[in-house]
Amino acid sequence: MHYVIIGAGPAGVNAAEHLRKYNSLAQITMLVAEDVPPYSRMALPYFLVGNVKAEGTYLRKNEGHFEGLNITLKHGRASAVDPVSKAITLLGGEVINYDKLLVASGATATRPPIPGIDLKNIFNCWSLADSHKIVESTQPGSKVILMGAGFIGCIILEALAARGVDLTVIEMENRMVSRMTNEVMGTMIKDWCVNKGIKVLTSTKVSRIDDDGDSPLTVSTEDGQKLPADVVICATGVRSNTAFLEGSGIEVDMGIVVDDFMQSSVADVFAAGDVAQGRDLSTGDYYVQAIQPTAVEHGKLAANNMVFGKRTPHPGNLNMNVLDTVGLISTSFGMWMGVDGGEEAEMSDIGNFKYLNLQFKDDVLVGASSLGMTQHVGVMRGLIQTGAHLGDWKAKLMAEPNRISEAYLASAQAQHVATAPV
Amino acid sequence: MQKSLHIDPAKCTGCLQCESACSLVNEGTVNPAKSRIKVFSFHDEGRFVPYTCTQCDEAWCMQACPVDAIVLNPVNGSKDVLSDVCVGCKVCTIACPFGTINYNTSTGKVVKCDLCGGDPECVSACPTQAITYVDANATGLDKMRAWAMKTDNAGA
Repeated sequence: MHYVIIGAGPAGVNAAEHLRKYNSLAQITMLVAEDVPPYSRMALPYFLVGNVKAEGTYLRKNEGHFEGLNITLKHGRASAVDPVSKAITLLGGEVINYDKLLVASGATATRPPIPGIDLKNIFNCWSLADSHKIVESTQPGSKVILMGAGFIGCIILEALAARGVDLTVIEMENRMVSRMTNEVMGTMIKDWCVNKGIKVLTSTKVSRIDDDGDSPLTVSTEDGQKLPADVVICATGVRSNTAFLEGSGIEVDMGIVVDDFMQSSVADVFAAGDVAQGRDLSTGDYYVQAIQPTAVEHGKLAANNMVFGKRTPHPGNLNMNVLDTVGLISTSFGMWMGVDGGEEAEMSDIGNFKYLNLQFKDDVLVGASSLGMTQHVGVMRGLIQTGAHLGDWKAKLMAEPNRISEAYLASAQAQHVATAPV
Repeated sequence: MQKSLHIDPAKCTGCLQCESACSLVNEGTVNPAKSRIKVFSFHDEGRFVPYTCTQCDEAWCMQACPVDAIVLNPVNGSKDVLSDVCVGCKVCTIACPFGTINYNTSTGKVVKCDLCGGDPECVSACPTQAITYVDANATGLDKMRAWAMKTDNAGA
């Protein structure tokens, strides 16, 4: 049995390790696209800020980890997959045969189609190589324009601010991180950034970028501003890496369409992580979540079903995020935006940058978001994921949302709390 | 023989000496806000519930960590944070469905209970034996772990 994994991010690495756990004899090959050991994009901002060296971003730290598990790392990029002959072609022409294939090829940062987007000193911030370029091109005082205040944009913000650059963020939505914040919270994050000396332009976007020779780039916005920039960083979005699957017959929508066993539309081809359009726990819909915990769980689940056949169906992953925007920590879980016929409890302390929002359906927590909270935030996942009935605690939380941890202990862990274990 | 913390809320008087001991030993300061064990007060019921990591088998925190900074301690069975490897991304704090791994804003790292390397200070500090350190089979740990499995997406 030869398992081949395309991709060496969290989904690919966890899948490889679990394939080995479930099958000690199989041949396992993992294709690594970039010319570095498997690393975590999550850790790149901390590399950018200088807290860790490049090695600090590696997914596995032990020397010889993959060799010890008899997992073969092969550097190369897939250019085509043929499910009929069960073969992958690499750029350069080499062909690898598989018995079962996992596509965990992740995503790539995109650039908006505007004039000047391919000029020099315009970078994405997605790969370790991108991070190296940004580090080399910026010094304290450099004028940096960040396009996009989404999740990735905000994470980079921290690193850029710490590098002492003169920073302007341009976001087309009316607030920051609109995919994980409501208007109150997104505006609080914006105010926080402005207080930190970062210029934030919302509800506008970059219309063109010009290079006037020796002077820095000129960035024009739709609302008529012209801003000088030494470096432009593009964090406007990412796209699943599926181009090499064209013509393979593997169905692709926003990502690779998978069933509840992480199998694609084609037999013996599975998908996991940012490239997979997997089930969302809250909605039951199939959606590219593109988050680290989901990539890990996809990887484990795909490995399980690749080895044992389709025996473990996927209940879906809870969408969740945690974000540190220049020291202000925010989280969001599940249906943080609320559900039809649901109820909402909100606690807001705008001056102190603290906010908590809980979303209920009947007496079950279905979504939550928080700002400025760092203690016991995981209980929000615990309550949502288990669907625990809050009973009397629902009313208490409607009045005092910040009693969420107590509500969790009293309901989700009721057996632990109410009765002394024997 | 593996041991684990056994918490009996019925015996807890809410004195918070566990929190003081934990923060003093692990953070060098008597500051309950930095304790890895937290006593929740249910005032309307006159009840106190000490709460910390159960060192669950699933180890959501360890699985979610993108940089291998949380490791299994083979002696205690505890899941320990390697502070020098942790980058402070906080993914573990949302992944843990128990909420028992938390971000420390002053160090920029996450912290969790590591059973003090096998001699938990909260146990020594507790005057009423509400927190004891006993053979894992006797603690109802299996029951809690069974509950933990309910949040497992991958099965095994």
